[in-house]
Amino acid sequence: MSDATPLQRTPLYDAHVALGGQMVPFAGFEMPVQYKREGGGLEAEHRATRTAVGLFDVSHMGEIVVEGPDAIAEVDGLVSNDVRALGDGEACYALLCHPHGGVVDDLFVYRLSAERVLIVVNASNIQKDFEHLRAHARQPERIVNRSADFAQVAVQGPQAKALLALVAPGAALEAPRNRISLHGFAGHDVLVATTGYTGEAGYELYCPPSAAPALWQALLEAGAPLGVAAVGLGARDTLRLEASYALYGHELRDDIDPFEARVGWAVKLEGRSFVGSEALVARKAAGPTRRLCGLQMQDRGIARADYPVLHGGEVVGHVTSGTHSPTLGLPIAMALLPAALAKLGTEVDVDLRGRTRRAVVVKLPFYSRG
Amino acid sequence: MNIPSELHYTSDHEWARQTAEGVQVGITAFAAEQLGAVVFVELPKVGDRIAAGGAFGQVESTKSVSDLYAPLSGKVVAVNAALESAPEQVNDDPYGAGWMITLAPDDANAVAGLLDADAYRALIG
Repeated sequence: MSDATPLQRTPLYDAHVALGGQMVPFAGFEMPVQYKREGGGLEAEHRATRTAVGLFDVSHMGEIVVEGPDAIAEVDGLVSNDVRALGDGEACYALLCHPHGGVVDDLFVYRLSAERVLIVVNASNIQKDFEHLRAHARQPERIVNRSADFAQVAVQGPQAKALLALVAPGAALEAPRNRISLHGFAGHDVLVATTGYTGEAGYELYCPPSAAPALWQALLEAGAPLGVAAVGLGARDTLRLEASYALYGHELRDDIDPFEARVGWAVKLEGRSFVGSEALVARKAAGPTRRLCGLQMQDRGIARADYPVLHGGEVVGHVTSGTHSPTLGLPIAMALLPAALAKLGTEVDVDLRGRTRRAVVVKLPFYSRG
Repeated sequence: MNIPSELHYTSDHEWARQTAEGVQVGITAFAAEQLGAVVFVELPKVGDRIAAGGAFGQVESTKSVSDLYAPLSGKVVAVNAALESAPEQVNDDPYGAGWMITLAPDDANAVAGLLDADAYRALIG
């Protein structure tokens, strides 16, 4: 991000500042990394999401809408998962791939109707994805970047359902995961999706930017007796890392394919043709040469993103993400390693700023709600 | 912000306390708050020599890892081994149980050359 590009603010900027949000640049937006106040901070926000309910402003995410009589077939030809299998109000996780099979972005595809598909993409990739989609679409003009028309608030945690029942009574809160439905809130249309990025049950709410401050405030107020906390990007990252969800730019990149990143389950090749599918058929048949692994440190210290991983004294891979897990009280990391080393129990070394520390390959995810 | 008046400080947010055994060193409440919850503290061994301004260890929080800088030159005569199992002491009691090392300074008067509490308070604004 060059200094010449002004940072964007979400409609909840003032709400973050009022809550003591420590605002930092992220993907071109000014976002709260944590809230500095009594009872706030990364660890407290993380714990609130695991034990009660967390509120996340994720309005920086991108929304791309595809409309028209052939919208389903169009999107199906662009993403890795089987969009034709979705019914109205159903969603799936998918990858956007290059013709060579590397990952352009990971995203969620929501089928709103037979003629309207919502694609939610990472903030850092909005323009890249939009250009990629248009470049490969049969009818590029029906792919529209609607990011400015949506704010997004995630409500995640064991009390998420109880909270939404207070703020959005009548919404389809019992729906299984990966559903989306329309609900009215204070005269605005809000899309309520049973999706999330924390490893907890919860919702992602898509609303017009003008409705976001009132929705946020209503959630905070109604959630107070439930232990609600506003949660910044810091805890969003520790939560997703415990749940071992990929973050684009770390576990997923242009030069990493879905099989290497262990999201091959979202690649449906049979009877389908989409951008990258030919390369992915070949890559799947050959088997990945690298695999994403969980690492547990045997020595003290945190293996962080981009630290080299060594085996037999040679650099064999790198850490993609690492942190200290607030839930487990341990350092956790994911690393991209040669397939031959990607076996549970394999011992490797991580170069922690010039000091070699022992780590062992462990099962992913680090956390799942039992 | 808690900045005890009897201590001396560096612009790198370490504090120094003259004791009978030597100069005790830790990080300030301001530094601990900036770091967030401390999860690892990496310290030198008793007997190690450290130089003023040099890194003598590292302190790691969920968010980041930071070097610890020696406020003065000398030999390490004590290390707070309790921080290995209880690193949260750095946040909970930065000027007490969260101390890190004690130095036998090469120059017995070096502490007086550090910032006093008023100067440190002015520094962190």
